[in-house]
Amino acid sequence: MSTVLTRLPGPENLEELRRRSLAEQGLITHRVRVCLGTGCVAKGAAKVFERFRQAAEEFGEESLVVQTKCTGCHGFCERGPIVVVDPGDVFYPGVKEEDVPEIWRETAIGGRLVERLLYKNEETGKVATRCEEIPFYRAQQRIVLAYNGVLDPTRIEEYLAAGGYAALAKALTSMQPEEVLEEVSRSGLRGRGGGGFFTGRKWRSARNAPGRPKYVIANGDEGDPGAFMDRSLMEGAPHTVIEGMIIGGYAIGSSQGYLYVRNEYPLAVQHLTLAIGQARELGLLGENILGSGFDFDIRVNRGGGAFVCGESTALMASLEGRVGEPRAKYIHTVESGLHGKPSLLNNVETWANVPQIILKGADWFASFGTERSKGTKVFSLVGKVKNTGLVEVPMGMTLRQIIYDIGGGIRGDKAFKAVQTGGPSGGCIPAESLDEPVDFDRLTELGSMMGSGGMIVMDEDTCMVKMAKYFLQFLKDESCGKCTPCREGIAQMLHILEKIAKGEGQDGDVETLEDLGRLLEDTALCALGKTAAYPVLSTLGRFREEYEIHIREKRCPAKECPGLFRYQIDAEVCTGCRLCSKKCPVEAITGERKKPHAIDLDKCTNCGTCFDVCPFSAVIKV
Amino acid sequence: MAEPGVETVAQIIQRYSGDPDMLIPMMQDVQAECGYLPQAELKELSGKLAVPLARIYSVATFYASFRLMPKGDHTIQLCMGTVCFLKGADKIFQAIREEFSLVPGGTSPDRKFTFSPVNCVGACALAPVMVVDGEYHGQLTADSAVKLLRKTAEGDKPAEGDGKRNTKKRERRKRGDEEK
Repeated sequence: MSTVLTRLPGPENLEELRRRSLAEQGLITHRVRVCLGTGCVAKGAAKVFERFRQAAEEFGEESLVVQTKCTGCHGFCERGPIVVVDPGDVFYPGVKEEDVPEIWRETAIGGRLVERLLYKNEETGKVATRCEEIPFYRAQQRIVLAYNGVLDPTRIEEYLAAGGYAALAKALTSMQPEEVLEEVSRSGLRGRGGGGFFTGRKWRSARNAPGRPKYVIANGDEGDPGAFMDRSLMEGAPHTVIEGMIIGGYAIGSSQGYLYVRNEYPLAVQHLTLAIGQARELGLLGENILGSGFDFDIRVNRGGGAFVCGESTALMASLEGRVGEPRAKYIHTVESGLHGKPSLLNNVETWANVPQIILKGADWFASFGTERSKGTKVFSLVGKVKNTGLVEVPMGMTLRQIIYDIGGGIRGDKAFKAVQTGGPSGGCIPAESLDEPVDFDRLTELGSMMGSGGMIVMDEDTCMVKMAKYFLQFLKDESCGKCTPCREGIAQMLHILEKIAKGEGQDGDVETLEDLGRLLEDTALCALGKTAAYPVLSTLGRFREEYEIHIREKRCPAKECPGLFRYQIDAEVCTGCRLCSKKCPVEAITGERKKPHAIDLDKCTNCGTCFDVCPFSAVIKV
Repeated sequence: MAEPGVETVAQIIQRYSGDPDMLIPMMQDVQAECGYLPQAELKELSGKLAVPLARIYSVATFYASFRLMPKGDHTIQLCMGTVCFLKGADKIFQAIREEFSLVPGGTSPDRKFTFSPVNCVGACALAPVMVVDGEYHGQLTADSAVKLLRKTAEGDKPAEGDGKRNTKKRERRKRGDEEK
C-alpha cells in the first residue's frame, strides 16, 4: 500500500500527491484504528493491534478493503486500549485480545455494534457509540491533537491526505516571511511550554536579531512528572511539529532546526526521525523546498535525562554537547542562543499550532480562547480524577468544567481539595477557585501558572505537606547545582519539610520556609530555581492550617504522613477473618477467630499492611 | 555483546561527521554499544574530538542516563525499609555483600549483579524483601538470599518459581502453626 516517496519539485506536485493519497484512502471503506500510544501499549494494545492485523490478513474477500492501522494517542488513557472502527466511528474502550474476533466479525465486517464493549456512562447508564457522545470528548476542542487517534503517525501520505504541509506550501508560495510573522503575531499565540510569552513577538525578535546562521529549536524535553502532552503529540502527530518548524525557519530566515526530545521517550524519537526522513524524501526538508529556493533541515537530539534541560539556555548548552547548566538571561536567546547565534526556541505544542494558523488564518485561531490567551491548550489531567487522560480545551474554560465535566469528577466521589497546575514549579489552586477560567494570566493571578499543562487533581485524602515535599524532593534531585540559592536553598526547605512531616516541626519553621522561598524567587539563576518554592509557598498560602497542625499537634489531617496518625480496627466492621493478624509483620494484631481484632499500638510500626490487606475496610486511620 | 574496539568509536564519531557538538549523541551511542561508558572509549573520544577528558566526564556525571560502571546481568534491589530492617535486612545486606563482593550502587566484579539497597519497596508484608530483576522475593534470611542469588548467577530463570514457592510454603506452614 505504501507509495514510493519521490522529491516534489513544486507545490503543484504536492497537491497532486495529496489528491492521489486521498483517492487511495477513499478506496478503503472499512477501517480499524488501534491506539498505539504509550498508555494503551502498557495496557496491551500492541497485542490487540496484532490480532486485528492478522484478522485483516486472513480476510480474503476482495470486495471489501479493510485496513487496520495504528494511531497516536486518543487521550483517554484511562480506558485504553482504545479501538475505533469506521464506518460509523464506533468507539470501543478497554479492548482485550479476546474481544478482537467479535469486533472484527460484527463491527468491522458486519457493521453491527457490539453492545457489551461500548462505552457506558457510569452515572447515567447511557451507552455511547461514537467518541463525541462521551462526556470526556464532548467538551474538548481539538486543534493540536486533531490528528491524534485518526492518522497513522508513521505514514506521511495520511498527513498529506488530511491537508498536511498545505500550510507550508501556502507560506512558501504566496506569503512573504514578514506576512507569516504578522499572521502568527495577530493570532495571539503564546508559548505553550511554560512562560506564555507571545510567540509572534519572539519570532520578530529572532528575525530582527543580527547574526547568522539563525537556529530554530523545538523543545520536546517534557520533564514534569505527571505530564505527557508533548510525548503524545510527538508520537501521534510528528509532522505537525515538523511543518511548524519549517514555517518558523522561513519566517525568521533560518535553515537549521533542532528537535530536542527526552531520552525517556523512545517512541517519540522513533516517529520523529521517521517523519523527518519521509519529509526529506519528498523534498519538504532539505534544499530548495518545493522549488521556493528556501533551505531547511532538522536534526533530532535526544536528551540525557536532566529535567533542567527543559530550560532554554540549559537545552542549548546540551545541544552544544555540554553539561546542561542554564545561564543568566540578560541577553535573550533570540539574540544569542545556540553557539551565540540568534535562536528561536518554542515548545513542540506551540510549533504544532503554527500550520493551522497559517492555513486557516489568525482570525480563525483567535476566535478560540480569551482576550489575552488565544487558541486551545492541551492538559494532562491526572491524579485523583476519574478520567485520566489528555484533554484539549479552548482557553478560558473553567477548572470545574475540565475536572468535573471532562474528567468526570473525583475518584470515589471524595471531596475536591486542590489542583496543581504548572508541574513542580506551579502552584495549588483550591476549591474556591474552581470556577475561575483557565488562561495564562488568570492562573498566574491565582498564584500558579499554566506551565506546560500538567493538571494534578488532589482530593481530601491528599496531604499538602507531603505533596510539597514530593515536588521539592524532585527539584532537589534535578537542580543542576550551578547557583547557590537553588542548590542549597531547595535542600534546606526540603529538610524543614521532612522534619514537619515526621512530626518534628518547630514554631518558626513556616516562616523560615517563606523566607527561603522568597530568597529563591529573587536570587536563583533560572526558572527552575526561581519557581522551585511555588509548591510550598502556594500551599502555605491556602493550606497554612495544615502545616500548623503538623507542627503544633503532631497530626496529619489527611492521614498521609506516617507516624502522624494511627491505625485502628473498627470493631463493628471487623469480621475476625484474621487476614491482618497473619500479615502483620510485627505481630501487633491480636484477636480470636470471627471476633473483632485489635491493634497493639505499642507494637505497631504504622507500616499500613493491615490497612492494605483488609477486605472489609475495617482498618481505619485515626 | 562484543567489546567495541578502536574501530567502533571511530565509526560513531564518523556517524556525526566528527562534530564535537554531537558529543552527547556519541556518548549515547557508546553506551548503547557497551552498556556503559568505559574509560578507554571516553579517552578515545576525548583524543579524537580534541575535547578535554574532564569535560567528557562532567557530561557523563551530569546526565542521569549515563553510567560509568558496567551494568550486571541481574539487578538486585534490597529493601532497607523499617520493617525489613527489623526483620534482618541488615544481615542479608552483610551476607550478600561478602559473598558477591557487592558495593551499594555498584556492580560485582564478575558483572553478574548490580546492587542497590533501596529505602522501601512497599511490600512490608513480605519482609525482608529483595527484588531481583523485577521479581519480588519475600521472607528471606541471609542464607536463603545468598542461595537465591547463587542460583540466579548460575543459570537463567532458576529464581522465578523457586522464591515464590518458598514464600508460599512458608506462609502455609506459618498459617498452619498458628491455627494449631
